[in-house]
Amino acid sequence: MSETSQETEARRLAAEARDRVRFEEDALALSDQVYRVARHLVGSREEAEDLMQETYARAFRSWRSFRPGTNLRAWLLRILTNLNIDRGRKIQRTPESQPLEEGDYFLYNKLEESVGDSSPDEERVVERLSQDSVVSALSAVPHDFRDVLVLVDIGDFSYADAAQILDIPIGTVMSRLHRGRRILKTQLADEAVGAK
Amino acid sequence: MSGFAIDPCAKCEEVMQPYLDGALSDAEIAEAHAHLELCRYCAKRYRFEVELRHFVRQAAVEEMPPELKHRLAQLRTPLL
Repeated sequence: MSETSQETEARRLAAEARDRVRFEEDALALSDQVYRVARHLVGSREEAEDLMQETYARAFRSWRSFRPGTNLRAWLLRILTNLNIDRGRKIQRTPESQPLEEGDYFLYNKLEESVGDSSPDEERVVERLSQDSVVSALSAVPHDFRDVLVLVDIGDFSYADAAQILDIPIGTVMSRLHRGRRILKTQLADEAVGAK
Repeated sequence: MSGFAIDPCAKCEEVMQPYLDGALSDAEIAEAHAHLELCRYCAKRYRFEVELRHFVRQAAVEEMPPELKHRLAQLRTPLL
């Protein structure tokens, strides 16, 4: 009788070990995608690396709280964004002095002007931007807006996923995304043509 | 209620992001689509927004350093 319950226990442990190994493999397989987002949530590569290690250490410790069948990438990013906020990132003031009333066509109009051709192709307009300018413009977006912007526009998360990851209402995701994109465009215009 | 009837380009500019996000209602999508078919000014800016999103996504990609991947794997629970 006791042998049987020992066997049951052994089987349970073996099954748990299998689940855990599988969880860890799944989580590691997503690490490139998680890093892609993490890299732009913080200011430097070093910070991103630290954050990734803390995130994975915590994820491996608390793997039992992940519900199989739900979105593992979102689950990992929820841990990561919480850790990032806990790290006491510096409070960045929203650049209120920058007029953000410009509409969505603002960046295009600025760049088109700078091409010096009355009606250039869109490709030529985009060519005014450099990869470096995107990286530095992203890092200039204040945190609250950047978190949403990076999750949705770089991480490809839906509004609903971003809301869940950041634990904010969906309406807040939309308004921060809207403002974040405007700020990004202002920064890009600035970098490309010295808009200010 | 549609702003497309009053100032179509301003309305188109206003709904551009939600349009690209697929966050508009079917009726709004139809209106924006109809305007983009007719208006070269907005169509150009629409194509630019598509290009821009693509460009930002590409430009932001920074591959994970291989050593980091190795370090993450080392955080795994050791097998008994």
